Amino acid sequence: MTTPSTTTRAEYCVIACAEAWRDNGEVLASPMGTIPSIGARLAKRTFSPDLLLTDGEAMIVGLDGATEGWLPYRQHLAMVTGGRRHVMMGASQLDRFGNQNISCIGDWARPDRQLLGVRGAPVNTLNNPVSYWVPRHSPRVFVPKVDMISGVGYDSAAAAGPSATRYHRIPRVVTNLGVLDFETGDRTMRLASLHPGVTVAEAEEATGFPLVRPDEVPATREPTPEELRLIREVIDPEGLRDGEVPV
Amino acid sequence: MTDKTMTPEEAVSRLHSGMTLGIGGWGSRRKPMALVRALLRSEITDLTVVAYGGPDVGMLAAAGKIRKLVAPFATLDSIPLEPHFRAARQRGAFALTEVDEAMFMWGLHAAANRLPFLPVRAGLGSDVMRVNPGLKTVTSPYEDGETFVAMPALRLDAALVHVNRADRLGNGQYLGPDPYFDDLFCEAADHAYLSCERLVDGFADAVPQTLLVKRHSVTGVVETPNGAHFTSCAPDYGRDEPLQKLYATTPWPQFAERFLHGDEKTYQSAVQAWHEEQR
Repeated sequence: MTTPSTTTRAEYCVIACAEAWRDNGEVLASPMGTIPSIGARLAKRTFSPDLLLTDGEAMIVGLDGATEGWLPYRQHLAMVTGGRRHVMMGASQLDRFGNQNISCIGDWARPDRQLLGVRGAPVNTLNNPVSYWVPRHSPRVFVPKVDMISGVGYDSAAAAGPSATRYHRIPRVVTNLGVLDFETGDRTMRLASLHPGVTVAEAEEATGFPLVRPDEVPATREPTPEELRLIREVIDPEGLRDGEVPV
Repeated sequence: MTDKTMTPEEAVSRLHSGMTLGIGGWGSRRKPMALVRALLRSEITDLTVVAYGGPDVGMLAAAGKIRKLVAPFATLDSIPLEPHFRAARQRGAFALTEVDEAMFMWGLHAAANRLPFLPVRAGLGSDVMRVNPGLKTVTSPYEDGETFVAMPALRLDAALVHVNRADRLGNGQYLGPDPYFDDLFCEAADHAYLSCERLVDGFADAVPQTLLVKRHSVTGVVETPNGAHFTSCAPDYGRDEPLQKLYATTPWPQFAERFLHGDEKTYQSAVQAWHEEQR
């Protein structure tokens, strides 16, 4: 019998990521990162069986890896703009309105550190729900202002007008410390839950701007025994999750 | 009918400095690397390169041949950050038009359709608008009245792409899981040079949907076995991860000295020799 006290931090992260895809229906789950990938597979094996998954390249695959469809980049981009997709992206920087940066650090004209470039973050954020995964919650990531807006936040979308806000939504940000969302009047980031063992002070210290929070921050929910079994024995028996968020 | 076969050197001899050059593939996947290597051996420079960037962009940047880059990213896929692209950006070596992946695709579509722009939602609210002050918006004339980014056509002087098979006329076939955007690159360009793993006499038994590139959009055909190396060219071969890692971790002059001092045949022999040393 598994008791909640034996659940690892990485397993709480998997649960928090899986929850992003609850009640999403028949959409493509696009997880980027190890723990979001485990989370998406867990969601599909349990409460969101209609999710679509890819092999990371051009094939739509079932849980056993068998091909069920074709999704080359050109069609993937149509799926993005059609909105039937929920992606969980990484972020080198995130601010309190959910603006995200994966492009470069420093002055764009001559960056201190060139990263990936904006990739598909602009098209993703304006067209389908975009959540974020941050495996190391720190003030280097959670900054007052991002250096290059790749993924559009709530304030930037509002400033750009109705075409930008029409399909814009950031359901959640999952980190190694907890879950954040934007369910506040002014769409600033809120501490929605903390993984068991994490204190409010710890989360606040790791965030470079003030977080909205209730007096009592709830704990990230416990996995069910069946979910723990699926994570440990079926989806990630090699424990890759612990490589992304150490015990 | 016109036999368009030529060598990599002949293809590159038709290019010149200052051109806007589209490069097919995606990241470190099915890049026309043999044609890029021929370009590296030439005197051509001052290029505007348009690409879903990978080591093609990294190598041309390292060799100082790029004046301006139009791209949504540069990556080696299994190594997320392209080291030479990165270093060149950090020393301000070229101008950059940084656009989103979908904006880039619509720019190619606009060029292929001879339209000045196409409307896209992507870009609004992001710093793509800040760093590209020339980007304009367009308002729908219908009831919705929505405003979109008017993504300008990415018209190309020339395109370089690599596919699995081609005939001498310029028809190209891909056999892997993804066509990427190679047909669009050819259609968006005044001239396109198509390299292939193997020349074939025709496509009588081909699955029709694999016939990606049409000869009317191709100027030259180059047979270059292993010509996408070290990027992937499924199903003919996967990415050469050890060689890519070497590329990513070796100072450019040293890498160029060892692998890029001669012609394509010399390159392939140098790669083989390196792999033998590793055993």
